[in-house]
Amino acid sequence: MPVRVETWDFDIGREIAALRAANPRVGAVASFIGTVRDVNEGDSVAALGLEHYPGMTERALEAIVAEARSRFRIFDATIVHRVGELKPLDQIVLVVVVGEHRGDAFAACEFIMDYLKTRAPFWKKEQTPAGARWVEARAADDTAAGRWAKPKQDAA
Amino acid sequence: MIKLLYFARLREDLGRSAEEFALPGDVTTVAALRSHLMDRGAAWQAALAPGRALRVAVNHEMAEPGTPVRAGDEIAFFPPVTGG
Repeated sequence: MPVRVETWDFDIGREIAALRAANPRVGAVASFIGTVRDVNEGDSVAALGLEHYPGMTERALEAIVAEARSRFRIFDATIVHRVGELKPLDQIVLVVVVGEHRGDAFAACEFIMDYLKTRAPFWKKEQTPAGARWVEARAADDTAAGRWAKPKQDAA
Repeated sequence: MIKLLYFARLREDLGRSAEEFALPGDVTTVAALRSHLMDRGAAWQAALAPGRALRVAVNHEMAEPGTPVRAGDEIAFFPPVTGG
């Protein structure tokens, strides 16, 4: 389960190829990319700083991938999350999931992002015309993560 | 001794990112540590006040108020996370 925290940009094509690893049993590749917006809470955002907790972050991401693998029929997943100074249009986070079929690949990808948003120790600070401010956690993210607290529905 | 870490807004409010701390004998849980640190002064009282949304990790695992703290632990205080 490759997880990485990096300052530099990532290439989704390269990450997908690495995760598929020419495995002919893979029938579904699902992915998500989060990107920097130039507006938040009604204010323009010129830059975004991302801080994290080295050591715990990697461990939290590995635990999330392990949980996804136990809940869904997937082969593996990759998480790449950037830290440092980012600008609007930049890529922030990548999740790639490979599995046999699309249903579990889609669901695992969404599950990983919902858990990452509420459990992985990253913090965003945005530069606005009024100055720098820390981004507040959103209740909607807790709600999204809470959906997965129920026992997994059998989609088969 | 334990290692204390502070991240994001908390790091700024408290003016430090890390410290070594001699754990008093009567401080055995995360909740007790939090209230012990609040005795350090106004900035600490404000940053760690019970109403403030705060997360605590013990040895890289998310902790609850009742989670034990022991000599040698690495304990981090930080705001709710906002990655992704």
